[in-house]
Amino acid sequence: MNKLSQYFFEETGQLTRFAMRFFSQGLRPRYEWREFLRQCYWIGYKSLTLVAITAFIMGLVMTIQSRPTLVEFGAESMLPAMVSVSLIREISPVITALICAGKIGSGMGAELGSMRVTEQIDAMEVSGTNPFKYLVVTRIAAATLMLPILSSLSNAISLYGSFLGVNIRGNVSWSLYWIQVYDVLSFGDLVPSLVKTFFFGFAIGLVGCYKGYYSKKGTEGVGRSANEAVVVASLLVFIIDLIAVQITDLLGLT
Amino acid sequence: MEKEAVITVEHLYKSFGSNHVLKDFSMKVNRGDNIAVLGKSGSGKSVLIKCIIRLNEPEEGRIELLGEDVLALNHDGLDELRSKVGFLFQSNALYDSMTVRENLEFPLRRHRVKQELTDKFVEEMVIEALQNVGLEHTIDMMPAELSGGMRKRIALARTLILKPEIILYDEPTTGLDPITSREISDLINAIQLKYQTTSIIISHDMSCIRATADKVIMLIDGRCYALDTFEALQASEDSKIKSFFS
Repeated sequence: MNKLSQYFFEETGQLTRFAMRFFSQGLRPRYEWREFLRQCYWIGYKSLTLVAITAFIMGLVMTIQSRPTLVEFGAESMLPAMVSVSLIREISPVITALICAGKIGSGMGAELGSMRVTEQIDAMEVSGTNPFKYLVVTRIAAATLMLPILSSLSNAISLYGSFLGVNIRGNVSWSLYWIQVYDVLSFGDLVPSLVKTFFFGFAIGLVGCYKGYYSKKGTEGVGRSANEAVVVASLLVFIIDLIAVQITDLLGLT
Repeated sequence: MEKEAVITVEHLYKSFGSNHVLKDFSMKVNRGDNIAVLGKSGSGKSVLIKCIIRLNEPEEGRIELLGEDVLALNHDGLDELRSKVGFLFQSNALYDSMTVRENLEFPLRRHRVKQELTDKFVEEMVIEALQNVGLEHTIDMMPAELSGGMRKRIALARTLILKPEIILYDEPTTGLDPITSREISDLINAIQLKYQTTSIIISHDMSCIRATADKVIMLIDGRCYALDTFEALQASEDSKIKSFFS
């Protein structure tokens, strides 16, 4: 077995153990509600502007790019319906998750990594605090809860962007646009998309915390933790998405 | 009358992979004693005090702290014991995201979670701890706004806030200029005098050791190689000991 595959299996095993520890410690009291709410604020509220701007541009660009193909087939009137399905089912949740992997995942990796190398985690332990519960459980739980909320907001805002895109070269009224969007969208589109964002949030929180919590080799290690957190979390987002699409397909929700 | 032993370490072994840091290390510290541990970098001095408070898990041996078998304690028992022991970290370990006030309140509120602490009581404790180190005016500042010496003092104030019976100092003067180092050594002496604490001081700084410790342990080859006063060790003819004082 070469070194790369050994590293892969070791990391997968450690990450799985870390996830098990999250469940075993997270379910047991004492619950760190205050820190959990603080993390929800940081992860949710502080990412909102970035997610909103990206979502609006995404909706707008997607619509502008899709128009020529639909015009070619004489199906320009299908533009709101087609774009909204793409955005809600796939693009908006995945792009939101990738933005969060970059912003939240790297933030967690760097913050916990620097706390590790400056002995702040040890100081927490001697201060009568379980650092895993206080730092890790709260962050993973907050990311798991906040990502579906951010993704839902991103869905809505991207549709507004799409409305603008439709009207740059066309003339579709506000009410007609929304009638066309709601006509084609169903709960079968929305629910699987929402469910997978919980898993995206969990994966981003888990990887960010894991890389930071076990950061080594001083300040160099902190940078590496932040970097690896983004790379691995982004990769996991795509893997989870692939699995989610297969499950949705098997359940006949597509 | 013989003094009560508050820290007993017997036959302690600790290694990291193939690096055997502590090998059959034993020591005893009596109440009120201030013992310095001197050794080369990487000789296991910090590991020793981290084992004493179980931040590191030793492979073998026995550690007794204030009459409790540290290695046999469960999580709650360990928390209870740690509330009686202060630990000054080498890197200060102040929480970057918290103000000085929040840094000091943290151990107080966490260790006494079952007690109903009033805000007034907490405020008084924080101010008293800051007065001990002469930095009351920094109460609402962030750690990043403080100098190295001030951060060390704040870390010391945080260590003192629970009025511990034992304080473990990990390199208290590392990275500080000689004047600030002397101030920190004086502060350690003042604290020991005021609170009658028992201390273990890990240091390379000879002037700090001379100023603060009653006795010095030479940690060589993972063992307690010698235990004596600073002056006696300084006068020793043993080549291993001599190399530290030359």
